[in-house]
Amino acid sequence: MTTATTHDDAHDDHGPAKGLMRWVTTTNHKDIGTLYLWLAFIMLLTGGSMAMVIRAELFQPGLQFVKPEFFNQMTTMHGLIMVFGAIMPAFVGLANWLIPMQIGAPDMALPRMNNWSFWILPFAFTMLASTLLMEGGAPAFGWTFYAPLSTTFAPDSTDYFIFAVHLMGISSVMGAINVIATILNMRAPGMTLMKMPLFVWTWLITAYLLIAVMPVLAGAVTMMLTDRHFDTSFFDAAGGGDPVMFQHIFWFFGHPEVYIMILPAFGIISAIVPTFARKPLFGYSSMVYASASIAILSFMVWAHHMFTTGMPVAGELYFMYATILISVPTGVKVFNWVSTMWKGSMTFETPMLWALGFIVMFTIGGFSGLMLGVAPVDTQYHDTYFVVAHFHYVLVTGALYSIIAAFYYWVPKWTGNMYSETHGKIHFWWSTISVNVLFFPQHFVGLAGMPRRIPDYSLQFAEFNAISSIGGFAFGLAQVYFLYIIIKTIKGGEKATDKVWEGATGLEFEALPSPAPYHSFDTAPEIK
Amino acid sequence: MSTASSADQYYVPHGTHWPIIGSIGLTTTVVGFARYLHGAELTMTFLGLAIVIFMMYGWFGQVVNESMSGLYSKQVDMSFRWGMGWFIFSEVMFFAAFFGALFYARAFSIPWLDGASNNAATAEYLWPNFEAAWPLLAVPLAEKYEVAKQAMGAWGLPAINTAILLTSGLTVTLAHHALKRQDRDWLVYWLAATVALGFLFVGLQAWEYSHAYDDLNLRMDSGIYGSTFYMLTGFHGFHVTMGATMLLIITIRAMKGHFTPENHFAFEAVAWYWHFVDVVWLGLFIFVYWI
Repeated sequence: MTTATTHDDAHDDHGPAKGLMRWVTTTNHKDIGTLYLWLAFIMLLTGGSMAMVIRAELFQPGLQFVKPEFFNQMTTMHGLIMVFGAIMPAFVGLANWLIPMQIGAPDMALPRMNNWSFWILPFAFTMLASTLLMEGGAPAFGWTFYAPLSTTFAPDSTDYFIFAVHLMGISSVMGAINVIATILNMRAPGMTLMKMPLFVWTWLITAYLLIAVMPVLAGAVTMMLTDRHFDTSFFDAAGGGDPVMFQHIFWFFGHPEVYIMILPAFGIISAIVPTFARKPLFGYSSMVYASASIAILSFMVWAHHMFTTGMPVAGELYFMYATILISVPTGVKVFNWVSTMWKGSMTFETPMLWALGFIVMFTIGGFSGLMLGVAPVDTQYHDTYFVVAHFHYVLVTGALYSIIAAFYYWVPKWTGNMYSETHGKIHFWWSTISVNVLFFPQHFVGLAGMPRRIPDYSLQFAEFNAISSIGGFAFGLAQVYFLYIIIKTIKGGEKATDKVWEGATGLEFEALPSPAPYHSFDTAPEIK
Repeated sequence: MSTASSADQYYVPHGTHWPIIGSIGLTTTVVGFARYLHGAELTMTFLGLAIVIFMMYGWFGQVVNESMSGLYSKQVDMSFRWGMGWFIFSEVMFFAAFFGALFYARAFSIPWLDGASNNAATAEYLWPNFEAAWPLLAVPLAEKYEVAKQAMGAWGLPAINTAILLTSGLTVTLAHHALKRQDRDWLVYWLAATVALGFLFVGLQAWEYSHAYDDLNLRMDSGIYGSTFYMLTGFHGFHVTMGATMLLIITIRAMKGHFTPENHFAFEAVAWYWHFVDVVWLGLFIFVYWI
């Protein structure tokens, strides 16, 4: 296996090249990780601004600021940008930074392709965002782009959306192939599979999910394209097809996609909790098996998104039971995190606060998910704000919280600088209070019957919507504060020790200095 | 730090401009095509494709040179193997979406449109004259889609094409055996035979398409039968064209003296890909043409 690394430049000083072209032509996993993370942050603020438009419009009943058509464009673009632009690239950025360091590799397995995986994305998102300026406006059919809204009744700009999805798919598949090749082929001698940190494990499984379902999404948008322009009838009952078929194909992608956005988060939390509880992770192997079970189950539950669309009762029953089954491996994970903390010597530095916030609030999102998974009651909840509350608890206080936790946990290793603990804690409490003000009341308006994706609402929902909007603006502002913290930490701060955290384990903390050198392991480290 | 290349070192390239060229090429292609769909000429698409082909030529050329100069260790070779294997899996899933559409239409949407399951009243109300069948030659709303006169049979050209592709799977294996026993002449002959069979397949598919269009009136807009027929065979035909082109490049490299019995991953990758399009064709032959 790896003993040493060759670079193609004989007089290489092992530092980065200079200037802008460094970032365009780089093959270094840390540079590419940084690019991904910045893209994700820019997209977070872009998608977040759209959320601000949505919350401003919903602050009061009636139409105040935007036309309904534009409101629909905002909900659609907000969803697409957050899913494909913010959460997914952020996790890929973390994978790039961390996986080679955590398994003792010199770099990612396929460094040139790694560059391409990233550099497709700015083009894809420029294309997607440009639809806002086109005649007829941006896509306005929701991030799930159900036919026939996205075929027969969609604006012209939908074709640019379709090709943007194709490009994102190419990027994701190449990124995932790289992750798998790296993990399976680049581990230092002695780093057996069951010694890998859980972030590596969960990313291995995530990469498998990505390769399995991104092409299916590409197939779905391809059929959309031919239905739109070449008169095929995949999603048209008049020709023997079925618009419901679109939903089946979309959710065959969409449900594993949900786990693509949460499995790496599980890996992050499984790294942070043991460090600050100063105990090894409870039930390591059960964590691995639980992640794999979740991945396999995720392929068999897609139609729980479609209980009200219509399917045979046997189908509803099967999809309901299969869905509820996922709570078993997920429960194993939460149990293990809590057991890791049991009788530990806990301290509550910023990464730990975000991780604990994750555990509590992701579990709330998980519980509302259980409710939605029960077919007869989903008939009541479907397409209400209860669903919005549910998936924002798992995606914002779940996925996004884990990404922020990862930032605070690893940024001293990346930059060599400690962030300000005061700032970090203010960021956490400000975000956590506001995010609950933002999303918790949405459970209530949802249960009371307020539909999602509508710019206006009945008067009885007014108070909770006003409260929710205030929480939304506060949460948005907290992330601008986060930008300030990020820049401040990169620019300077107290110097981090090599180990960074007293209880930290893993190669990146035990075998590398802070900041980590440009090339991590030219010579493979020894694994105990 | 870095010494000369050797077999136990992992080669990490520094700085590459091919990806950004590829991104510009891909974006130009798809933006051009989106503009074409709204009335523009295809010029921009062709320009984009030219950039993509230039990128592939440059990128692969660089990799070939690095491989020939011995920069790649066994471990690098293994990264390529994992990469190609998972790429093929992603292609399998791409086809799975279209096969899924075919199976869904045949097993669910068509019977349901005719009132199966609990849809009797709806079918009676919406499409009282519609009868489920496969291949579907009478769609629910006849005014909207002009249907095919006749379905494409399995035992004419498609059966011949099956034989051609299966034979090409054999010839590429024979080429591999020739490579392993260092018989360069037969390596080139068998590869050339594989390329010829591949392009013959594509040619016969094109001929079949013209027959389908002119004689059977089977088109993309002939309802779900035509839609699935052209999507699956077209996507497959595109893959055969790509595979045959890659085989052609491998043949040229073999003629130039590239590849040794120990070191010929490019050959194997293309052979894997070729077997993959072969297997997909068997699925097509069975489910699109035959049953």
